[in-house]
Amino acid sequence: MNDLARYERRRRIMYGWMLLSPALILLSLFAFIPSAMTFWSSLFSRGTRRNPSEFVGTGNYDLLFADPTFSKVVVNNLIYAGVTIPVSIIIALAMALWANSKIPARGFVRTAFFTPTILPMIAAANIWLFFYTPGLGVLDQIGALFGFGSVNWLGRPETALWAVIIVTIWKEAGFFMIFYLAALQTIPPDLKEAADIEGTSRWTYTRRIVLPLLMPTTIFVAVNALINSVKLIDHLFILTKGGPSDASKLVLYYIWELAFSYFDRPQAAALTVMVLAVLGVTAAIKFIILDRRTHYQ
Amino acid sequence: MSDALNSGQTPLYGMAPKRSFRPRLTLALDTFGAWTLAIVWIAPLLFAVWAAFHSTSDAVNFNLAGAWTLDNFRTAWDGAPWMRYFFNTFLLVTVVLAGQLVVTTLAGYAFAQFQFPGRDVLFIIVLLQLFILPEVLIVENYAMVSRLGMFDTVFGIGTPYWASAFGIFLMRQAFKSVPKELDEAARIEGCSWFGVLWRVYVPSAKPTYLAYALVSVSTHWNNFLWPLIVTNSETTRPLTVGLSLFGAPESGVNISVISAATIMSVAPLLIAFLLFQRQFVQAFLRAGIK
Repeated sequence: MNDLARYERRRRIMYGWMLLSPALILLSLFAFIPSAMTFWSSLFSRGTRRNPSEFVGTGNYDLLFADPTFSKVVVNNLIYAGVTIPVSIIIALAMALWANSKIPARGFVRTAFFTPTILPMIAAANIWLFFYTPGLGVLDQIGALFGFGSVNWLGRPETALWAVIIVTIWKEAGFFMIFYLAALQTIPPDLKEAADIEGTSRWTYTRRIVLPLLMPTTIFVAVNALINSVKLIDHLFILTKGGPSDASKLVLYYIWELAFSYFDRPQAAALTVMVLAVLGVTAAIKFIILDRRTHYQ
Repeated sequence: MSDALNSGQTPLYGMAPKRSFRPRLTLALDTFGAWTLAIVWIAPLLFAVWAAFHSTSDAVNFNLAGAWTLDNFRTAWDGAPWMRYFFNTFLLVTVVLAGQLVVTTLAGYAFAQFQFPGRDVLFIIVLLQLFILPEVLIVENYAMVSRLGMFDTVFGIGTPYWASAFGIFLMRQAFKSVPKELDEAARIEGCSWFGVLWRVYVPSAKPTYLAYALVSVSTHWNNFLWPLIVTNSETTRPLTVGLSLFGAPESGVNISVISAATIMSVAPLLIAFLLFQRQFVQAFLRAGIK
């Protein structure tokens, strides 16, 4: 009997590992080994025919810190994240509150908010290109009605990053709305009734009851928005290519450029390691602190 | 507290007229706000659709009376091997989804129903992949795909996404909610572990599969950066990469034609979305809520 139990246990262990093996092999091949290799290759210099690649320790990182483009793309990405995350969240929340209220043509409103989410970023960028083109673009035409001159939105360092930010917000706010909409529908209607009987104003009800109940959703959405602010760079390829003079260049685009335009793999690796470190810290905060705090329900 | 109660109770009658006015005002304001935002939000897309059916000069001059035309679509269609791109994208989303379903089902089943040492640590390691984005590892993944001889193939684009941590997580959650008794009953009937998985777990997780499939297909239909890096020829390039090459300013294509190409390439997914909107939204919801 005891032997049978032990045999059964061992069999289950074996099956467990067997079932997991495809996933583990693939994750190793395309996530863990590449991460380790990235770190490893960031410690070696770029090899040329005359100078073979050699161990340089933090040399690549020192080079990056001395590179003005590096600080430019980091600052750009901080602005990009710092604007797109809160603005997308606020717009998504407003969309959800409206899409959940009893207004006429609610179906149309929901569809309008959500549709940009379905489009590829490349398509969204093509559509917005139409709006930004100087002279011909729709924004200029609208501006001309009010007597403003033509603005080269994508070609000027002061406006290029903002033009990119607007496209990102347009694309992701509707997606985040969905999560708020779902959360709103789980709020029991008696809370609203009780608030009405108490004579609570709508603003107080929203601020004191709805927003705290939406907190877990907000954290989920914020983490997603943060990840998007690192990886959502497709539109740069269409709209600005990071220009003019790096004004709209983001970190991942710079990694791509270092590796595939300048063929400077070690620099690209060093930059990737830094991005992975930031994402790792985010993951730790999410799993260790936030997940514990928000699961109070 | 008692103040609040009193103020709520006493003026119940007196409040009636006021209450019927204020909700109407807030409803009007809500409607105005929601409609304005909705129109602003959908306008760029509607404008692109409109422009795609008009000549460039009508489009840039806002000539609403301009004649409708299909010329832009004809020019766009002749400008690139779209049929091939559509086929490539279709093949790509199929390969990605098929691989993901197999890998995430097996792993989700192991995490949900098998007890073995190291399981929880492994699960955390898998979840780490939610943050080690494939997009960030483009340089080394490119090297890996080349090393495996998969550069410029549909598998080169697809396999890095097969072991989706997100999918494994979803499947684990779905399988966990299957009652243990069902599992045991099937075993007593003499089902193997695979039989139990196939006959009990997979059917019970159908809604999760549907949700995951919709999310996966729309993600990979739209994916751009990774396919851009690992493709090099017409025979593997998906729609998004083809569209970006077509719209590149160097190729000197005019803006109405770009609109036509854009509308053309998003049309299948967009039409599917408009037809199955409810299912789509439900799918995204199910996929996003933990």
